[in-house]
Amino acid sequence: MIINSRFFNRSELLGFLALAVLLLLILPLSLDIFRLNLVAKYLTYAFVGIGLVLCWGYGGILSLGQGVFFGLGGYCMAMYLKLEASSVANTKIQSTPGIPDFMDWNQLTQIPLFWKPFHSFPVTVLAILLVPAFFALIIGAAMFKRRVGGVYFAIITQAIAAILTILIVGQQGYTGGINGITDLRTLHGWDIRTDHAKFILYFVEVVLLFGCIVAAQFIRLTKLGRILVAMREQEDRVRFSGYSVANFKIFAFCAAAVFAAIGGAMFTLEVGFMSPSFVGIVPSIEMVIYTAVGGRMSIFGAVWGALLVNFAKTSLSESFPQLWLFGLGALFIAVVLAFPNGLSGIWADRVQPRIDRLLASRKSKSAPGLVADGAPAE
Amino acid sequence: MLVGHQPKEFLLAVSGLTVSFDGFKAVNDLSFYVEENEIRVIIGPNGAGKTTVLDLICGKTRATSGSIQFRGQELTRLRENEIVQAGVGRKFQTPSVFEDLTVFENLEISFPRGRTVFGSLAFQRDDTVKQRVEEVAEMIFLKDKLNTYADQLSHGQKQWLEIGMLLIQDPDLLMLDEPVAGMSVSERAKTAELLNRIIKDRSVLVIEHDMKFVEDIAHKVTVLHQGQILSEGTMEHVKNDPKVIEVYLGH
Repeated sequence: MIINSRFFNRSELLGFLALAVLLLLILPLSLDIFRLNLVAKYLTYAFVGIGLVLCWGYGGILSLGQGVFFGLGGYCMAMYLKLEASSVANTKIQSTPGIPDFMDWNQLTQIPLFWKPFHSFPVTVLAILLVPAFFALIIGAAMFKRRVGGVYFAIITQAIAAILTILIVGQQGYTGGINGITDLRTLHGWDIRTDHAKFILYFVEVVLLFGCIVAAQFIRLTKLGRILVAMREQEDRVRFSGYSVANFKIFAFCAAAVFAAIGGAMFTLEVGFMSPSFVGIVPSIEMVIYTAVGGRMSIFGAVWGALLVNFAKTSLSESFPQLWLFGLGALFIAVVLAFPNGLSGIWADRVQPRIDRLLASRKSKSAPGLVADGAPAE
Repeated sequence: MLVGHQPKEFLLAVSGLTVSFDGFKAVNDLSFYVEENEIRVIIGPNGAGKTTVLDLICGKTRATSGSIQFRGQELTRLRENEIVQAGVGRKFQTPSVFEDLTVFENLEISFPRGRTVFGSLAFQRDDTVKQRVEEVAEMIFLKDKLNTYADQLSHGQKQWLEIGMLLIQDPDLLMLDEPVAGMSVSERAKTAELLNRIIKDRSVLVIEHDMKFVEDIAHKVTVLHQGQILSEGTMEHVKNDPKVIEVYLGH
């Protein structure tokens, strides 16, 4: 890894280390496996959030359909796991043994063509990355080349999320319908349902998450990252500086799709099933809310947003199941109106300066000749 | 092969250019030619179609009919970014700079390298880039502001920054839309000095209302009126043209 002072500035480095300590030490040591698995589930949304930071925060492209890519990644993984779980031995009571149970219930007698590649694990991994990227490329090219943007783009992504949900629910025999793809057992022969496996998967996920953070930070620091910011403000000036704005938007949208898909694939592994309820309009909007709460301009903010909002969701919906959605809506409105840069904005504006002042006053105490403003902070 | 080509000495050949917005012809059968290293000023009353002509050349607006040949390339068929890459630079009337980026980053984005998606991912801020950015920053009086965010700049400084961004593109044809509008007297003088320096070795197409400024720099003046050419020639010729006095200068 290329972590040096220029890759992460001081506060980003601290953010990275704080997150690493929390996710790799504090949480695994203090939580039981059930709660740790919940954290793993929350973190799958952090992947989506990182993508949204690039695409929405930096590029200004609001996608309200990230559930589509989360779902595509998740379904690719689920298809592989389902095929492995549907060995002839496991399914001998079916009228056609050796095919997934829901296909059998829907009178299918052989595995459909588009399922066949998912017999292979390497192909599945490639599909998790490439299928959503390809899908985003098509949507992006169709929209951005025609200069569809802003609210119109957001609405169209919503529509796509709705369409995909309806398609999945409607095509039961091929997709498992409203129940999704369930009863997943092993990954390449390794049982993913045990506590031990969940523990390992948690660490795999955290490592992948840090990989994605580094990748997103890398993109942010290249000239491409600056062009995204430039495009958000003055699209025409970017165009008249010789850049194809559409291509840059397509790239940001595809990158966000790939990050979301990795999260989706991990979700399937952690939770053990995939269903259309993680694809549609509501989950897609929730993903945007996590990012907005964490701070759409901050990669780390997106991770914290996913963790904290989901944590609040679990604890509040355990006690007040009816009120939770209202709470989530109110939270979103409050954040957008009062704190447009989310938690990370509050941190950068309110907390960070105090810490800096505290550090500065410590320094000035040890060197009394250099007192900045006289009064010590505490 | 040569049929239909303009003689070589014309850098830009606009012929029969027409654009109509819902039946209203903002530019009507317009033809004019700009030579290499020529400084051409377009003047005309409000609504004459001056800005629309620049929009048509740089691809912001699509022509209804007619042709724009630039070094033998047909610009009406190219996209905006391709027109820039062909060597046409455009400055807008209101300063359009990237306010969330520093002066250095603003200039760097305009540096003509790594303009594709993957090119920009691989772009390195090497010595050539740094040197060129500093050189241009000095020209546009912003050398000590390289690390300032553009939203901290004054209106005049933003105009200079945008001119600098064009300069770093090193276009063969530079199009400026009212470059001194909204500037203070001292900024105006500095801008005139800056423009006089940067218009060397390239052709320039300027829209301007400031007649003194026009007289200072123009080789040739084109007067537009209702989307058509009213008069064309040297400033002296145009000033004494009775038609021009009638619709424009006389008021």
